[in-house]
Amino acid sequence: MAGDAPVIVRVQTDDFDAAAETARLTGDGDAGAIVTFTGLCRDEGGMLAALELEHYPGMAEAEITRICREAVARFSLLGIAAIHRVGKIAPGENIVLVIATAPHRHAAFDGASFVMDYLKTSAPFWKKEHFADGRTGGWVDAKESDDRAREKWA
Amino acid sequence: MTKLVYFAWVRERIGKGEEEIDLPASVKTGGDLLRHLKTLGDDYAHALEHENVIRIAINQEHVEHDDPIAGAREIALFPPMTGG
Repeated sequence: MAGDAPVIVRVQTDDFDAAAETARLTGDGDAGAIVTFTGLCRDEGGMLAALELEHYPGMAEAEITRICREAVARFSLLGIAAIHRVGKIAPGENIVLVIATAPHRHAAFDGASFVMDYLKTSAPFWKKEHFADGRTGGWVDAKESDDRAREKWA
Repeated sequence: MTKLVYFAWVRERIGKGEEEIDLPASVKTGGDLLRHLKTLGDDYAHALEHENVIRIAINQEHVEHDDPIAGAREIALFPPMTGG
């Protein structure tokens, strides 16, 4: 039921446990499909020491929640979780987790993909690069390909 | 007084994360606000140089540049988002 499907949204500095979060969303037997997406920090060929994630407290959580509720309604998801880390994140570490549960696989895949595509372009987070040689790089530029990815759902 | 909050390179270039300012009555939209702030100093002019790139949120919701800012408690200015 779209009206009472659990929507779990968190912004946190700590790492998350994808398996534990998945277990939290399942268990009552309705779900036939779980899609779990984890976004990681790349090392950019050894150049990068860390990404620093900044967010707009309050709006970040509200915007992700709005996106998740839209995904639940649009794809009739049984549940959705979106957890985004902030602060300094080293290569290989987790940045973002999205879990969608649904009766069948297509809705779960689409729901997770929809949430990620909107989260990247509408949720107020920004990445700054810190390089392995000690230099602080610039702020990561927004990608046109991310805008196009979102537009395909319009 | 209106609370303004800044993020990422907008925050760095302006040199502060937030401030409360009195806005002239002629500032009616988000776009008006950007043009007004640019008159306040070189830091603002640099941060907001490319107006069309700046994203605006009122009371923590995205708005367009030509949307009215009347009644805003908090206006945020920030670059395109790069989370995920």
